[in-house]
Amino acid sequence: MIDLKNMNISKAHDHLMKGDFKAVELAQSYLDRIEKSDHDINAYLEIFSDVLNQAEEADRRIAKKEGGLLSGIPLAIKDNILIKERKCSASSKMLAHYVAPYDSTAVKKLKDAGAVFLGRTNMDEFAMGGSTENSAFGPTKNPHDLSRVPGGSSGGSAAAVASDEALASLGSDTGGSVRQPASFCGVVGLKPTYGSVSRYGLMAMGSSLDQIGPITKTVADAEIIFSVIKGKDIMDSTTMETADLKTADSKNIRIGIPTDFVDTEGIDETTLKNFNDSLDKFKSMGYEVKNINLPNVKYSLAVYYTIMPAEVSSNMARFDGLRYGLHVSGKNLIEDYFLTRKAGLGKEVRRRIILGAYVLSSGYYDAYYNKANFVRTLIKNDYAEAFRKFDIIATPTAPSPAFKIGEKSDNPLEMYLSDMFTTPANIAGIPAISLPSGFKAGEKNLPLGIQLMSNYGREDILFRAGKDFLGE
Amino acid sequence: MIEIKDIEKLAELSRINVSDEEKKTFLKDIESILSYVDQIKTVVGGADMTMSRQGAELVNIFREDKDCHDSGQFTEALIESAPEKENGYIKVKKIL
Repeated sequence: MIDLKNMNISKAHDHLMKGDFKAVELAQSYLDRIEKSDHDINAYLEIFSDVLNQAEEADRRIAKKEGGLLSGIPLAIKDNILIKERKCSASSKMLAHYVAPYDSTAVKKLKDAGAVFLGRTNMDEFAMGGSTENSAFGPTKNPHDLSRVPGGSSGGSAAAVASDEALASLGSDTGGSVRQPASFCGVVGLKPTYGSVSRYGLMAMGSSLDQIGPITKTVADAEIIFSVIKGKDIMDSTTMETADLKTADSKNIRIGIPTDFVDTEGIDETTLKNFNDSLDKFKSMGYEVKNINLPNVKYSLAVYYTIMPAEVSSNMARFDGLRYGLHVSGKNLIEDYFLTRKAGLGKEVRRRIILGAYVLSSGYYDAYYNKANFVRTLIKNDYAEAFRKFDIIATPTAPSPAFKIGEKSDNPLEMYLSDMFTTPANIAGIPAISLPSGFKAGEKNLPLGIQLMSNYGREDILFRAGKDFLGE
Repeated sequence: MIEIKDIEKLAELSRINVSDEEKKTFLKDIESILSYVDQIKTVVGGADMTMSRQGAELVNIFREDKDCHDSGQFTEALIESAPEKENGYIKVKKIL
């Protein structure tokens, strides 16, 4: 019996190399666990039928000493990241039967490193949502409390890791979709620097914001996966050459707290207390913690809900029912479009497309889209200024712990507000990590998270501080 | 203020059929989202939008138009995804 609860990537790697167990046995343990608990949690849309074959191949590589750090490591992949010749639906009826004709770059790199893919995980349709309730294939439940959401949009990826149904997973983060579910499920989630991980083969949502990131049980695991998937890619022109990770020193790390922004109406009292306790922990470890004023960061959510729908309305135009995905036939070509998009796209997706068309339309373009881009620059400048004096900016990851299923599904604005602390990092393009910071006082099954942000390309500082915080 | 006819126009531009009931819901939702988003209008500045485009930082990132892959190399795999196809082409309804 392999102890999945206390397993992490480095441990599993050591065991596999020493021959304590084989990749096939490890994969089987995860399949057994999925069999036992995923009926309740619904983290997966599909468990691949060839998991054990993949693991056998990993065992062969390990036996020949060709194995990398991820050889035989069982991972779950969010269903908007393409794996060649497998279904990839983005949890949408539009792509329910779509089969990926190529590998995304992130997946290709994981394959080359020997990883085993267990299956594809549930998500909000096309990554639009913060609860995984917008999946066309039913919601995922929070493993800590089945009456609550796991967060979103990468809810399946976070729930799978939190319930030991995968050792680690990939998600995508446009406004918090890796970090917020990681926080709700009590695991680690990293949104890397914009441009550090290729989005080739990631279904586009908000192209100036999207980034693929790992969801893991430890900070060290997030670092391992990030090191494998990062790097310049000719297939994604926004990628940059990333230098090898620097190694930050715990000494002299300065944390800035945007107090005005954090201590705001709408933040849950016990979440705020947990955040302050976490800061005390950092102080006790010798970190310098000081207040900082980031005057424009409070506009991030408003900027996000202008720029993101604009980009969504453009990115979603590709679903015309002709080239791939669902096709509903009408009287003529234009009717094909209308019928296909009505049948294939869920309510939140259609709402964002219409909102995006509005902020881009003649007469409103300057007032909304252009203005949002201007404020975006001010927000970037706030951070640039802040990182002259601080190494990290910290906030809670979300203003509250996981909410009940159905609690916010009829009120989109209410749902959007749970992104208030995560959107700034996407707006500015900086890296951010969510770390589990304990539980809501008096409730042992409501995890909370702290978010750390650093300057462009300085994931190493996040890893250093994260390991210190979690005692790794 | 946004009205039902605006929602209808936007839905038409977006090639989406929206039922009468959904038009009302979308109107209410979008009004409430816009009332939140409107706070960006209070930020002073931004008249000269060219400043925010970061145009000056952009360089041409397209590859040279040479050394392409062989013609037809990916055709079959890509056409395979199309709902309607014939002889290596995607089939659509007559436009004219």
